[in-house]
Amino acid sequence: MRLELVKRQEHSRLMVVVSPILAITLTVILGGGIFALYGVSPLEGLYAFFIEPLNSYWSLEELLVKAGPLILIAVGLCVCFLSNTWNIGAEGQFTIGAIFGSIIPILYPEWTSGFALPAMILMGAIGGMLWASIPALLKTRFGTNEILSSLMLVYVAQYLLDYLVRGPWRDPDGFNFPESRIFDSAHVLPKFGDGRLHLGVLIAIVVAILIWFLLSKTLKGFEIKVLGQSPRAGRFAGFSSNRMVWFGFLLSGAFAGLAGVFEVSGSIEQLTPVISPGYGFTAIIVAFLGRLNPIAIIFAGLLLGLSYIGGEAAQVSLGISNKMTNVFQGMLLFFVLACDILIHYRVRLVNPREAGNDVA
Amino acid sequence: MRKIIAMISAACAAFALNMTSVLPSQAKEPLKVGFVYVGPISDHGWSYQHDQARIEVEKYFGDKIKTSFIESVSKSSDAERAIERLARSGYELIFATSFSHMNPTIKVARKFPRVKFETATGYKLTKNVAPYGGRFYEGRFVIGQLAAKVSKTGVAGYIAPFAIPEVIRGMNAFVLGARTVNPDFQIKPVWVNSWYDPGREADAAKALIDQGVDIMVQHTDSPAPLQVAQERGIKGFGQASDMSRFAPDAQITAIVDYWGAYYKRRIQAVLDGNWKAENTWGGFNQDMVHMAPVKNVNAELVALAKDTQKKISDGKIVIFKGPLKRQDGTVFLKDGEVATDKQLLEMNFFLEGMKAPLPN
Repeated sequence: MRLELVKRQEHSRLMVVVSPILAITLTVILGGGIFALYGVSPLEGLYAFFIEPLNSYWSLEELLVKAGPLILIAVGLCVCFLSNTWNIGAEGQFTIGAIFGSIIPILYPEWTSGFALPAMILMGAIGGMLWASIPALLKTRFGTNEILSSLMLVYVAQYLLDYLVRGPWRDPDGFNFPESRIFDSAHVLPKFGDGRLHLGVLIAIVVAILIWFLLSKTLKGFEIKVLGQSPRAGRFAGFSSNRMVWFGFLLSGAFAGLAGVFEVSGSIEQLTPVISPGYGFTAIIVAFLGRLNPIAIIFAGLLLGLSYIGGEAAQVSLGISNKMTNVFQGMLLFFVLACDILIHYRVRLVNPREAGNDVA
Repeated sequence: MRKIIAMISAACAAFALNMTSVLPSQAKEPLKVGFVYVGPISDHGWSYQHDQARIEVEKYFGDKIKTSFIESVSKSSDAERAIERLARSGYELIFATSFSHMNPTIKVARKFPRVKFETATGYKLTKNVAPYGGRFYEGRFVIGQLAAKVSKTGVAGYIAPFAIPEVIRGMNAFVLGARTVNPDFQIKPVWVNSWYDPGREADAAKALIDQGVDIMVQHTDSPAPLQVAQERGIKGFGQASDMSRFAPDAQITAIVDYWGAYYKRRIQAVLDGNWKAENTWGGFNQDMVHMAPVKNVNAELVALAKDTQKKISDGKIVIFKGPLKRQDGTVFLKDGEVATDKQLLEMNFFLEGMKAPLPN
């Protein structure tokens, strides 16, 4: 007896719905098993991981704060990826967005008028766009591979940030520690609730809905998909693939830059040598976990955020290692990708004797 | 019927017993003490030493306290959530063990005025936030003396993480110690821009040995430089933990971060109801810095290390005492003048006579 994968004529609509559920079920079963091996009751472990973070108002807010930047960046990337442009450097655009957005609070802290915050947000988006325009220019002008150029620029951006907070932007009253001054309250995003839920998170969700509209209801959305799936057909339709490269990079760069300025002005409130736990890279996973659909990306972002928050909760309440969080994330992604194969293939059991007869 | 009555009365009795046993124990519920670590606990290094101390206090206080920890909290937006999670879960004393946790702790502490917070290597003191740290530079003076005694070339290789005051102060103290033996002693630093990067630390150590240094000092957390020293047959010093098992023939001694005594004092203060937010910067005399057993050198040096440590502890040796000049020739301390803690905390220059330039 062996298993064989047979390609479906058309992708299975049933499996589109079933596969993520199956993936989560498998993660939960295997995760429970690992908890048991760890000497923790599986039910208690899963509760701490997946339910506890959802049963208080505070941790729901924290979940949104964690998922916000992931969603915002992933939505921009999904436009890029759909048009077959590969921006891998959102992490760098995030960093430059944060740096540009911090120019006002660090260099002009006295300017506390009501225009300061909108100006910071605008500058963050511009910073991200500028950084993204470098790989776009290289690609359209010289045919340079954008995967490499955008990725390499991440490290340049991080070293630039490192230089600024250790050098010229260091807090003058901070005992020479590598941190910028703390932002004035006029330069901090408005917050809601009793926690750290800030305006940026809401903007991320609004942006996701707008991009969903753009992709599914407008001619531009059609252009993006045509150029992504068949550049030649797109050219016959009069669409320019160079213009699309620019569009994809500038849009995703702007969103990553926005996420950067939201992070520093909404949750950190100063510049530090490290401002992102890899949001720009995790967002790539979120974009694909959400199958490049902006609405699904909101849920994918929340799910990944939950795995972080849940891991932390489990550390406190059960005393298990944070490696468990990594294991859970790994399992979840593995099963999601593995189950996706059922959308395009079906599984068939093959009896070896029959198979042998076929050959004879 | 009688049976039922008997059962009910038995249940009532049991309930009453329960109540009486619950009530007094509630009054004496264990003090919940939370720890936040910047890295994974691992088996050596900064976070490991804090966790060793956590285990020590848990043993010492028994059921009077309950401890929990959250590890690998390196980004400030995650730190705020981790610290707030502990505060919300009823932890009354929270040790945030990294400099990067300071500002997040200050923010959380404002929301939880009754919870007591402590930040390692921080400098901000508020009503319920107490900064604490170790005078590890005292240990660096001791190993400076040993290095100058052992080295024939008069040049030590120095694997340094970042040019921040903590590291620069340590280098200056090391050189001052070495100069008590050899007035021309020099260090050759390599800045690896990381607290923990075994690959880069090992490469740096190899390059330094190729350039002729014959003693290895590190301010980074991995045992890699010592392991290289062991392979190449030179001697060196461990950092944060006793690393002799990684390099049994190479490690002379190590500067060990020891938090157990401090944590015992602070927890006892909370239990006694006399905890106060205050700034603690303790060295040998407050039992916050230990030296690993001195090995791989002759008895004379073992005795010298012990003697120097005692003199520093008793105040007979004052490490930063005038006349001292900065590298650029300007006066740092006049004859007989002793550096203030503020001067030490923001020290961002090398002393006169050091040939290596300081980055930034």
